[in-house]
Amino acid sequence: METTMRQTWAFIFRGYHLTRRYISWVIVFNFYALVTSATVALIGVAAQDYQLTLTLVVGALLWNFLSSLYNEIAMSIAYERWEGTLEYTFMAPVSRLIHLSGISLFALMNSIVQTVVVLVGLMFFTNLDLHGANLPGVFLVLAVSTVAFVGLGLMAAVLPVMSPERGAEATHIFQGSLLLVSGVYYPVDVLPRWLQPLSMVSPATYTLSACRKLIGVGNSASVPGHLAGSSVSAVLPELLVLAVMGAVLMPLGLWVFGRIEAWAKRAGKLKRTG
Amino acid sequence: MEDPAIKVRNLSKSFRKRIGFLKSSRLWALTDVSFVVEKGETYGLLGPNGSGKSSLIRILSTLLIAEGGEVSLMGYSLPGEQEQVRRIIGRVSVDAAFYKKLSARENLLYTALLYGQKASEAEKRAMEILKQLGLENTKFSTPLEEMSRGMQQKISIARALVINPPLLLLDEPTTGLDPKSRRDVQSFLEDLRRREGTTILLTTHDMAEAERLCARIGFLARGKLVAEGTADELKKLAGTETLDDAFIKLTGEELANQEEAGEEAGVLEVV
Repeated sequence: METTMRQTWAFIFRGYHLTRRYISWVIVFNFYALVTSATVALIGVAAQDYQLTLTLVVGALLWNFLSSLYNEIAMSIAYERWEGTLEYTFMAPVSRLIHLSGISLFALMNSIVQTVVVLVGLMFFTNLDLHGANLPGVFLVLAVSTVAFVGLGLMAAVLPVMSPERGAEATHIFQGSLLLVSGVYYPVDVLPRWLQPLSMVSPATYTLSACRKLIGVGNSASVPGHLAGSSVSAVLPELLVLAVMGAVLMPLGLWVFGRIEAWAKRAGKLKRTG
Repeated sequence: MEDPAIKVRNLSKSFRKRIGFLKSSRLWALTDVSFVVEKGETYGLLGPNGSGKSSLIRILSTLLIAEGGEVSLMGYSLPGEQEQVRRIIGRVSVDAAFYKKLSARENLLYTALLYGQKASEAEKRAMEILKQLGLENTKFSTPLEEMSRGMQQKISIARALVINPPLLLLDEPTTGLDPKSRRDVQSFLEDLRRREGTTILLTTHDMAEAERLCARIGFLARGKLVAEGTADELKKLAGTETLDDAFIKLTGEELANQEEAGEEAGVLEVV
């Protein structure tokens, strides 16, 4: 148990010190996340439409959280390949479950910090006041959807293993597709009919839908200064779908990762330059 | 009877490379390689780039899976018992692969934690190793990117040893080092084997280094082990005065010529 704890801690230790050493880049990424979110939220302010502003703010916050979580996990292998340390991590006596759990834990901490930065920043641009929102419910939905997103991230993380040259780019295409179909800034029914089925298989769709209800977006009783967030019972269907997605995607992600790792060892793809 | 430290029998490994859309070629990196390294022995593998040395080290490090043959390390066979093998090996590669922005201390502690070790004990051991390698204490907190190649390679050796492995796989650890750093590393390895009885598999281009450090040497050329023995036995076998000449005579090629061909040397087969 002690060994497992130390091994998990190794990835958080590494992530923390890399963040510290690359602090100027971390500031740039956080600044960019804040500015992008504020730009989107100000569309609602310009339209003088409180509900639209709320929709956009919640979309921006949740997308920051989910995409940062996904991106950190999906790019973890690409980062190691760039640093040249991938072989050393893979030859350490640490199970892939612990390895990927350690990476996911650090990714979760990183995403929380980035989301808090964006949330605080948005308060300077909009009259955002979360009184009346069901925040414990929001945290519950985020906790459940994190499992599904970790699973998606693990599946995307194999892409840089499969293709050292183009794998990292492919993870961003996957991420962009989630942004397009999940109803982050608009309802999914405005998507072309042929694209709408994809929104049903994205965990982000259910996360956003549930969190909007819990915060009170779309509820006519929500007014500036007081939101009318719904109770957890109102989002049970979304919670159930997210739980099922997590239960499927997490083990599937680990299984896919294991299969691709074995293939990479036969094909010689773990080498620094591929 | 006690298991040898390394037992390799009829090992073969090839890589596929796509040529155009439909065709691919198969490059044989290793063909029917067999050798044994006893516990506490330093065994040298000599060969030019592309001869299969690094592929062999990667197979022993659980990073590559061979097509055919048997491999066992300290009695554990690969790839079946890779978890056990990973606990008993330390590896140093020709390129000092680190998180270059992190300090030596942070890199070494990360490795120690990854192997489930206590950070404080690992730090103490790392400091001792670095001292023996002639690296000042002040360098411990310096980011790797600010260190010379020689210093980085010393940190790389400390990383392999901080987990105290009974078996050390060294892939050209002194390539590109200045004479002083090279001597420091060689003296350290001699001392390590004498003091701790660590088994060492060393690949190198350097004949003098192999003669100095290795009890036995194998000549690897185009993925095949063409001869093995002590340095004197190899010279006698070839009827030459130097190990360099013995290598040329027994393998039919010069180290430098194949080095220029780079990593793509080996036996190519279009399929």
